[in-house]
Amino acid sequence: MSHTFTLDGKVIPFTEGQTIIQAASAAGVFIPHLCYHPEFKAHGSCKLCTVKVNGRHTASCTMRAAPGMVVESETEEINAERRALTQMLFVEGNHFCPSCEKSGNCQLQATAYHLGMMSPHYDHFFPNRAVDASHPEVLLDFNRCILCSLCVRASRDVDGKNVFGLSGRGIKTHLIVNAKSGQLADTDFSLADKAAQVCPVGVILKKRRGFAVPIGERKYDQAPISQTADTTEGR
Amino acid sequence: MTYQLETAQHPENLRRVAIDPVSRVEGHGKVTILLDDQNKVHQVRLHIVEFRGFEKFIQGRPYWEVPVMVQRLCGICPVSHHLAASKALDVIVGAKKLTATAEKMRRLMHYGQMLQSHALHFFHLCSPDLLFGFDSDVTKRNIVGVAMAHPETAKRGVLLRKFGQEVIRVTAGKRVHGTGAIPGGVNKALTIAERDELLKDIYHIVQWSRDAVQLIQKVHTQDPGLYNSFGIFRSNFMSIVGNNGDLDFYHGTLRARDDNGKIIFDHVDYQHYNQYIEEEVRAWSYMKFPYFKSLGKDHGWYKVGPLARVQNCNQISTPFAEHERKEFVDYAGGSPMHAPLAYHWTRMIEMLHAAEVIKELLHDDDLLGSDLVVEGERQMEGVGVIEAPRGTLFHHYQVDENDLITMANLIVSTTNNNQAMNEAIRHVARRYLHGHEVTEGLLNHIEVAIRAFDPCLSCATHALGKMPLEVELVDPEGRVVHSLSRS
Repeated sequence: MSHTFTLDGKVIPFTEGQTIIQAASAAGVFIPHLCYHPEFKAHGSCKLCTVKVNGRHTASCTMRAAPGMVVESETEEINAERRALTQMLFVEGNHFCPSCEKSGNCQLQATAYHLGMMSPHYDHFFPNRAVDASHPEVLLDFNRCILCSLCVRASRDVDGKNVFGLSGRGIKTHLIVNAKSGQLADTDFSLADKAAQVCPVGVILKKRRGFAVPIGERKYDQAPISQTADTTEGR
Repeated sequence: MTYQLETAQHPENLRRVAIDPVSRVEGHGKVTILLDDQNKVHQVRLHIVEFRGFEKFIQGRPYWEVPVMVQRLCGICPVSHHLAASKALDVIVGAKKLTATAEKMRRLMHYGQMLQSHALHFFHLCSPDLLFGFDSDVTKRNIVGVAMAHPETAKRGVLLRKFGQEVIRVTAGKRVHGTGAIPGGVNKALTIAERDELLKDIYHIVQWSRDAVQLIQKVHTQDPGLYNSFGIFRSNFMSIVGNNGDLDFYHGTLRARDDNGKIIFDHVDYQHYNQYIEEEVRAWSYMKFPYFKSLGKDHGWYKVGPLARVQNCNQISTPFAEHERKEFVDYAGGSPMHAPLAYHWTRMIEMLHAAEVIKELLHDDDLLGSDLVVEGERQMEGVGVIEAPRGTLFHHYQVDENDLITMANLIVSTTNNNQAMNEAIRHVARRYLHGHEVTEGLLNHIEVAIRAFDPCLSCATHALGKMPLEVELVDPEGRVVHSLSRS
């Protein structure tokens, strides 16, 4: 038996157990998201994928689709809320796109473009965060962390290594490296790990690659995120 | 040493006139003049009032980020910083010789920038002074006034700059703040379509550049009394020169001459620049004062930029520009020309050379190659030097074993001209302001002298924690009541 719900008036089919974002993605409809990744268990923390279901806010990455749901996503109200969340992420960390090698390949930046974010709006926190360059192949720039926990989940669930974790609570939550020294070089992390591939922003970076991809050939130079966020996220 | 008119002996009761901001220059600066009751000039200073701090805040960043980050020093000639940093990092990654494609792509990018920057300066910033007069009607002394009175000249200015910007776009990815150069090479070659698009325009760009040289030569030679003496001072001068002493904006060795044209040093590998050049800090400016170590602070200061380069080289490799260089040298009469307004003439000779080199490069298939990057044995320290539009530009970095920057020193083109610009405006103040009622037109004479150097004041200040600071509390009569200084 086939099930359907409507998303911004469009009929979306789904199978039993699928979340709203999974069904929407399978139907080629983009819902903005940052902590969601199709290969990992949903985390429901960034709230970018918030939609309205029958008039109530909910995270589309955790809410299972149900027959007859009326889902709103690309509305002015919801996008304004998503934009505000994105702006808060920008001011909470140190996101200097002009000199960031992830620019053009960054999901946070692409999402900001998608949402029409014209400025950070809020006062910057300008946190003082260190760079971990101890690993011979990978640089960690904590300045850009948005606490999506994808690296935590990838390292734990796929790599079986548990290299990363989130520590602290509330506004003090931060990404840590699971080593006595706190340094990546003192873990068994490898460039081949899944955790090295999933960062949606510019925290986990292959060293010495920098700006090797010219402007015009970067992922989001080709097409906006609404057209490129396929089921593999294309990273 | 206390330079004449740098510091008034008795500043109390002197009247202070400020030109703030200095207009039609890149960045923000101001000039202060102290005058007595008879309008006699006692002190003249060019102050750089903005502060940047790049040398400090790139420390702790990964080295491969630096060429893209430091170019944000400037919106006018970011390519210079981008390439100087890349050249320093070529040394760090052990790239002793770039591939032909990489070296020529960078050269094309740089000469495109020379063209656009020189066009911007001459047509947009300076032509109002040169075409209308230094104390002409202030409401028309601007680019809009030029567009009304000389529409073809203004249009060519816009299109010359546009062409240079297009060269930058196809080599760096963007017209401003691109990413083309990376440590050890470049991230793209030219496509046939990009090359052909530029080839459509380059021939009339060369012709317009020739016309621009003729225009400034005519303006200069028609009024030698003014143009050969305005703001004049004698000084040493320096630039890099290429193979055989050719004019070369991208690569070469350091050469310096004294005010008579006698060589002070030559064939100096710029990796050792700090054995030859020292920087002095003074309490009243964020901009440092470099000088040749061998001559000391008092006599070792120098000028850089077009007037230095065109007279420092043995020859120019392209025919039209070489012809114009010879004309200029003949006019100078066999000894170095020191008149600041001659910067404009030599700047246009350089713009012509840049256009000719771009034309040559566009016919070189190496630009279409695919071998983009080389690397070798990793080093901990590197220096990159380039001739930026405004003069010799030094980038010096040290990198730790984890690839993070631990030290940066930048000597920016305009910084090299710091003492020279101050000397020029002091000369102008003595000649034109001394004993006269100060008017807008007279104050513009000071600005004309500064503009001749095409200073980029935003580029020129970046050291953090190195500036001495002087704070003075002055009473209504101008007497210093209290002062604090940090050195």
